[in-house]
Amino acid sequence: MSDNKLPSGHTRIDTLEMRGITKRFPGVLANNKVDFDVRAGEVHALLGENGAGKSTLMKVLYGLYGQDEGEIVLNGKNIKIESPTDAINHGIGMIHQHFMLVETLTVAENVALGMPSSRGFLTDLDRVSKRIIELGKIYGLEIDPSAYIWQLSVGQQQRVEIIKALYRGAALLILDEPTAVLTPQEVKEFFVIMRQMVSDGHALIFISHKLHEIMDICDRVTVLRDGELIGTKIIAEITKSELANWMVGREVSMTRELADIERGPARLEMININCNSNRGTPAVRNFSLNVHSGEILGVAGISGNGQKELAEAITGLREITSGSVVLEGEDITNHLPGEVTERMLSYIPEERMRDGMIKDFSIAENMILREHHKTPFAENGFLMLKTIAKHSDDLIDKFRVKTPSRETKAGSLSGGNIQKVVLAREISRQPRVLIAAQPTRGLDVGATEYVHAQLLKQRENGTAIMMISEDLDEVMAVSDRIAVICEGELIGIVPRDEATPERLGLMMAGVREEEGVQTA
Amino acid sequence: MRSRLNTLFDALLPVFATLAALGVGMIMLLILRVSPLEAYGALWEGAFGSTNAVAETLVKATPLLLVGLGICIAFRANVINIGGEGQMIVGGILATQIGLTFTEAPGWLIIILAMIAGFIGGAIWGGIPGILKAYFRVNEILSTVMMNAIAVQLMNYLLRGPMIDPTQLEKASKIPQTARLVESFRLLRWAPTRLHIGFVIALVLAILVYILLWRTTLGYRIRAVGQNPHASRYGGIRVRRRMVTALLLSGAFAGLAGAIQVYGVNYRMITDGSASGFTGAAGFNGIVAALFGQLHPIGTIPASIFFGALLVGANKMQRVVQIPSALITALNGLVVVFVVSSEIWRRRRQRQRLAFARAAEKDDAPPPSEINPSAEEASTS
Repeated sequence: MSDNKLPSGHTRIDTLEMRGITKRFPGVLANNKVDFDVRAGEVHALLGENGAGKSTLMKVLYGLYGQDEGEIVLNGKNIKIESPTDAINHGIGMIHQHFMLVETLTVAENVALGMPSSRGFLTDLDRVSKRIIELGKIYGLEIDPSAYIWQLSVGQQQRVEIIKALYRGAALLILDEPTAVLTPQEVKEFFVIMRQMVSDGHALIFISHKLHEIMDICDRVTVLRDGELIGTKIIAEITKSELANWMVGREVSMTRELADIERGPARLEMININCNSNRGTPAVRNFSLNVHSGEILGVAGISGNGQKELAEAITGLREITSGSVVLEGEDITNHLPGEVTERMLSYIPEERMRDGMIKDFSIAENMILREHHKTPFAENGFLMLKTIAKHSDDLIDKFRVKTPSRETKAGSLSGGNIQKVVLAREISRQPRVLIAAQPTRGLDVGATEYVHAQLLKQRENGTAIMMISEDLDEVMAVSDRIAVICEGELIGIVPRDEATPERLGLMMAGVREEEGVQTA
Repeated sequence: MRSRLNTLFDALLPVFATLAALGVGMIMLLILRVSPLEAYGALWEGAFGSTNAVAETLVKATPLLLVGLGICIAFRANVINIGGEGQMIVGGILATQIGLTFTEAPGWLIIILAMIAGFIGGAIWGGIPGILKAYFRVNEILSTVMMNAIAVQLMNYLLRGPMIDPTQLEKASKIPQTARLVESFRLLRWAPTRLHIGFVIALVLAILVYILLWRTTLGYRIRAVGQNPHASRYGGIRVRRRMVTALLLSGAFAGLAGAIQVYGVNYRMITDGSASGFTGAAGFNGIVAALFGQLHPIGTIPASIFFGALLVGANKMQRVVQIPSALITALNGLVVVFVVSSEIWRRRRQRQRLAFARAAEKDDAPPPSEINPSAEEASTS
């Protein structure tokens, strides 16, 4: 193998430099004279809060946006990237956070999609498949080229994305929050693949919010804040908390103090709940758990182990096939969602854009989604627009939602602000029970801190809170007790001070602890 | 400033689209060796050239507006109502029967009862597909079209048999029509034109529909269900019931259009065997008017008048410049195609602007080209 070739047979990118990149959007300076460089054989992390300009910078590199100023230098030569096709021709690939795969096509078909066939009008899927297997062997990305995408797990789909990029000759890969969708186990496997690629001479750019991952896998880190370059450091020379402070621009505390308050009576009781997934297979099995007033009960588990179905079953959105849900002594099993809401149960759904918000409604209209028919927002069937306006202005103010006005369509807000709107709506009702599913997913450090503070405040008010999360750090930081769910079953409950990542990790994998499992 | 320009451009887009359609129509006219100037002059003359022309335009606009109002409600709930024709017919039949049954009652009472009957008739005809959709997942586009066919045959049967004008029974011709309504039952008319109070009723209803959609909890729910049924359910809204409500109301407005057509224009029901013989295709054209008015009840008012004018003016144009009536149909079709396309274009522009704004604010929005095209279907259909 010659010196400047990769195992995939393509030319290596020894150095790539972005110099003085400036990108303006109407009214916003998304990147201001940002310098960034990446070399063969390294993972370079790009870190910053939402809106810091990371994605803009990478979209410039991938040819999705043109820069207003600045230049891109590849292996010492000035290049122009005007489209993703240009980027791919230069050996730059991008793995998007949301996969760009066609579910009903096979792996080989997806890889071949958009590429000219070597046989002209006839397909060359057999050759594509051969090449996929070849690449898989080199990089440890083994995958069946004839499998359909919908049959694959999220982790496997990501491999398909990587193979797609490698197939097209990527020597430099931009990984946009690649771990956000993976389970902890899949993250480990993914890191192995990343290391393999780096040692083969690829250059990787890793975009993430997760500091511990950056500490684990990266060689250097560049931090952006408000479109400005803050600096570039070698990972070995910086600590996690320094990195956090650097990113946010102020001191950030990673641990949360739980106020010492008396745990109250059980407000939400789940008794032997069973329910099915959308496919009709059992999703939650004989699940029993109580949530008490004044506690945060964390529910930990790997994604897709029945958490979503459990939350929906409690809130009346999913049919309970057997068992019951009792809210403050009242049986609410299979009650209509509206009736459950009426009993002051609030729910922050996992997919808030789909389940918790109406994109084309204004913020004001979204703020009353739960109470649109009730006084003071409605009288005799008419909406009280003034009250609604005042209510939403109050909440926008109190929850620091960044928006031009209350009339702005919810769909045009950023992820963090959308979550603030949902949170504001659900908390401002002063719920008796609050179910929060992945409340900080996709949020940056600052916004996460804020959401946690709000949950803790609710806890002090005596609300019974069930917080479902796949982020172990989060579960351990804010829960009084941690329940672990695996394949729809309750594996066990661990009190806050006895919880360690190792112990929870084992339970998340389905290993029961015969002794020491506490029931409450 | 920029955004205001954009808004203005969007608002005027249907007008530009219409001009473009007329431009293409001009080519067709030239091929037929007709002066476009003369033809369009006649069109304008026919639609707005005299008091009577304006009155005729408004007479044509009335059923379009009423049907269009119902379409605004249905489409906002994301249910498609193609059954305006059938709903008009059933509304018309029920309303006519009221007037034929109680010939001795005072006029104001019968008119009110007839309007209510029309409203209910249309509601039933729209509600059935609504229930089928909500509870049995029957595609409402299919079922409403089927209901049109049933309504036509029902009308043909009734007007040939049970409801036929008794005087026709004695004649050999046996024209399938009902007896004429008693004079006192007829809607107030602005003599000597045919313009009747039904147009004013439709205007008032347009305002009421606006209030319904944006000022009441029912309207909130209907719009919520149309935008996002998942989040609506989460918000405690009974999604299926609201779908039924939307189709029911939509049908009701078409039914009312049928009743007003009988009491304001024809004073009887008569059939030529087809639906449009009675409705003048208002059940379909109302959809176009509503889309033209961007599914906004107030916007539907000028849109209906516009299409009313096109219908009336086209007649005159045909007479003056002697062109085949097929061309008139083609011209109407052109306008529809251009307007509907411009609507899609407008939406894409809006999405791009949104994505741009979001990209600026949030930095990780997808570029415009990657935005899910299905969002557009979700809001149109």
